[in-house]
Amino acid sequence: MDITPDAIIHGHIGPVAIPATLVFTWIVMAILVLGSWSVTRNLSTEAAVPRGQLLLEIVLEGIRGQIRDMIDTDPDRYLPFIGTLFLFIFTSNVLSIVPGFHAPTGSLSTTTALALCVFAAVPVFGIMAQGWRGYLKSYLQPTPLMLPFNLISEITRTISLSIRLFGNMMSGGMIAAVALAIAPLFFPVIMNALGLLIGVIQSYIFSILALVYIATATRAHEEQAARTSGATSATTKETQHGKP
Amino acid sequence: MESLELIAMISIIMAGATVGIGAPITAIGEGWAVSRAMGSLAQQPDAAPTISRTLFIGLAMIESSAIYCFVVSMILIFANPFWNHFASLPGVQ
Repeated sequence: MDITPDAIIHGHIGPVAIPATLVFTWIVMAILVLGSWSVTRNLSTEAAVPRGQLLLEIVLEGIRGQIRDMIDTDPDRYLPFIGTLFLFIFTSNVLSIVPGFHAPTGSLSTTTALALCVFAAVPVFGIMAQGWRGYLKSYLQPTPLMLPFNLISEITRTISLSIRLFGNMMSGGMIAAVALAIAPLFFPVIMNALGLLIGVIQSYIFSILALVYIATATRAHEEQAARTSGATSATTKETQHGKP
Repeated sequence: MESLELIAMISIIMAGATVGIGAPITAIGEGWAVSRAMGSLAQQPDAAPTISRTLFIGLAMIESSAIYCFVVSMILIFANPFWNHFASLPGVQ
């Protein structure tokens, strides 16, 4: 039993081996790109909208609504990055119930690459929003003493982001395999349905966490100000309440 | 032979212990989080979207510690580096 699809080698291009992870990543990319390409060939603004366009509009509006709920600002700035992450992870997780398909997110290489994308995107969005000085200042935010902890948290959250997705997807496949060995009649169906649910939730979690990290980098100042003012107002309220 | 047997024995025991200790504690934490969220939902049904979104994110954060335990135990069983090292030594068989 392999714990990652990296170990399955499909072929070689020169000295480079092509593992199953790469093949299934290409399949997911092809599905996403060809699907959106074929839908956006004939867009219409009539009352009767083609089905594919309707689907994409619902997905897009859903993602935009989630981003807007989360950060209360214009979602279009974060939509390309967060939406791409969500759609890629969602498609590969959901396709994992197709027999013979190994979800590329079940490999630590893919999830590490995705987490590194988030790791790189956080400073990019942060610097775009508040400039070099503002962004670098956010590392000294509560006090300069917190600098090492801020740096450590930057790295550990990237690691935890990748391990979380990998562990969840790998455990899904592992549980299905174990269930197949122990109770092959009916049980694997239930575990597969549970794996599907977990896959959808994990894709949501991954993109929301990426959004949260980016949002904290882009508006650390405002949040800090809001938190201190909120804290002082809460304490004054408490003391007023406590007095009588 | 001695070291391989020892490694196999300790790996299997520790793989079970890792999940056996890590998963229940995480489950207790998740149970508390869910029960508090249910209480808040019953008190303030209007805030349901915010509560459930925060709950999901929090649950995923808590659950990741159980997932770490699972990953460690899977590594111990299926991709144990010490086992591979000692099994590849020519004298040890």
